[in-house]
Amino acid sequence: MHMADALLSPAVGGAMWAVSAGTIAYCSAKVRAELDDSKIPLMGVLGAFIFAAQMINFTIPVTGSSGHLGGGLILAILLGPYAAFLTIASVLMVQALFFADGGLLALGCNIFNLGFFPAFIAYPLLYKKIIGAQPTATRISVAAMIAAIAGLQMGAFGVVLETIVSGVSSLPFSTFVVMMQPIHLAIGIVEGLVTASVVSFVYKARPEIMQSALNARPIGNHPVRKIVLAFLAAAVVTGGIISLLASENPDGLEWAIAKVTGHNELKEPENALHGSLKVLQEKIAILPDYSLKKPAEATKDKLQPEAVQNHPSAKPETKSETPKNPAGTTVSGLAGGAITLGLAFLIGFILKRRNQNGTS
Amino acid sequence: MASIHNAVLDLKRLDLLANGNSSIHRLDARAKVLVTLIFTICVVSNDRYELTALFPFFIFPVAMISLANLPPLFIMKKIALLCPFVVAVGIFNPVFDRVIILQLGSIGISGGWISFASIMARSTLTVGAAFILVASTGFTAVCQALEGLGMPKVFAVQLLFLYRYIFVLTEESGRASRARELRSCGKKGQGIHSFGSLVGHLLLRTWQRAERIHMAMLARGFTGAFHASRQSRFGIPEIRFVLAWSALFIFLRFQNASQLLGSLVTGLFP
Repeated sequence: MHMADALLSPAVGGAMWAVSAGTIAYCSAKVRAELDDSKIPLMGVLGAFIFAAQMINFTIPVTGSSGHLGGGLILAILLGPYAAFLTIASVLMVQALFFADGGLLALGCNIFNLGFFPAFIAYPLLYKKIIGAQPTATRISVAAMIAAIAGLQMGAFGVVLETIVSGVSSLPFSTFVVMMQPIHLAIGIVEGLVTASVVSFVYKARPEIMQSALNARPIGNHPVRKIVLAFLAAAVVTGGIISLLASENPDGLEWAIAKVTGHNELKEPENALHGSLKVLQEKIAILPDYSLKKPAEATKDKLQPEAVQNHPSAKPETKSETPKNPAGTTVSGLAGGAITLGLAFLIGFILKRRNQNGTS
Repeated sequence: MASIHNAVLDLKRLDLLANGNSSIHRLDARAKVLVTLIFTICVVSNDRYELTALFPFFIFPVAMISLANLPPLFIMKKIALLCPFVVAVGIFNPVFDRVIILQLGSIGISGGWISFASIMARSTLTVGAAFILVASTGFTAVCQALEGLGMPKVFAVQLLFLYRYIFVLTEESGRASRARELRSCGKKGQGIHSFGSLVGHLLLRTWQRAERIHMAMLARGFTGAFHASRQSRFGIPEIRFVLAWSALFIFLRFQNASQLLGSLVTGLFP
């Protein structure tokens, strides 16, 4: 359930980058301040352990399929929230660069979905509360199960929200939620099962490890709520700035109006309003989005003949709009696209030849 | 997961590619990180129905693969394993978005299919750019570049540690996993109970290893940061590289080059 660049808008991606970078900076400062040097190699090696442990499968009792360790929660249990968050973030970064899990822009979303929820919500508010001051094996199992499920549900919901707000996918919110949450309930149960079994083993074999993680300083004088609010503010500000810079708004409202009403009655005022808005937008936006309302215009073009018959005065407007209309969606656009692709590869080929001649 | 084993092999191969020596490899890592980020933002900031305007962006991965002498087939194969989540989400676009927005002869193409194709193109471009970055730069250099761009030191150390020990620990757990497979004929004994203690033992061994590493590092004077041996400079070639590519990306973001070329060609042959 890694979020991916292809489904993200720059505003959402940038906002989540800001949030995750802020959390990383905060956790780094925390880990430094605790000045527990021995934690630094431990974090690194445990991050690598997550990769290694994922190579070991087990058979899931009823279904017969196989599962493996997820990672977020067990790191939080062993390392405490701050060090765990950094470790998860580093694991996700390696996955983004080497395993094509998402891409660079989506890294912020992934770190938040898979790191923040287990480390800062599920671990302190569920796991620690359930095991209490005197942990027992049963309590640990139950707590790991509940915290793993809750953490993954929140992460999956994060993916849904980020995808919907970005608006690249056409999936309706409700359908997407209904798809994602049950799948991640199943994954969460498996994750809880695995986490519980590994943690109980560690608790039996070396209880002092668990004890020291539990005794690690509590969240202390920075309540989670404050942190969340601060990062929320950072996200809103960054998202706002970026959406001003690169407004890629597909003008959903107008498109909805087009679909619902058909154009004729709304046409005149819409054009006037839209014209002035467009001028305004071109003035203020640093990256004016010239292809602002393609789908609406494309349908409008089909309706144009009637409009022309009804209002002869609309004619000059039609002419002036046609060349702007088809940014991505016309035959000449497709033909040009094919040629451009060919050219791109040709240039690559020539560069390679030149390169080889140059080096040999 | 066997695929993880293969992924580790791929990871080693990607890592080795970074040892190459080309004009791209020699550039300072910060320049490449910046250009890759600008590229990604320019690609994803396109409208959801944009397809042809994305094509000119392919010039970047293609040129980088050629200039950096990367094996094109290997990179393409890695990109072709598109993120399954993207495909799973994208494939719903044609289902929910059926307004016809393009007529090709008698065939009407709905907005959903166009936006699906656009998602696939975005995915190829952004994932490809990330691979090319790491294949032409190397993970260590990417980490140092990010640190130079403001990433906290603790996190940089964490990334380098993690990367160093992935290879050690995956081999160890691969051996443990194979040993268990050989001992559990007919798949019995691969359930959750043996899994728990197997992974638990691996964890404890990892823990002890970390303690040994820490002591060894203390003995060598570790104070919380690594010192890089090679310091590259952000010089004139880097500035040229960043400016030229960013200018191209921003131009392509404003102007649909496919469209311009297409209308030229279809205008010539009406």
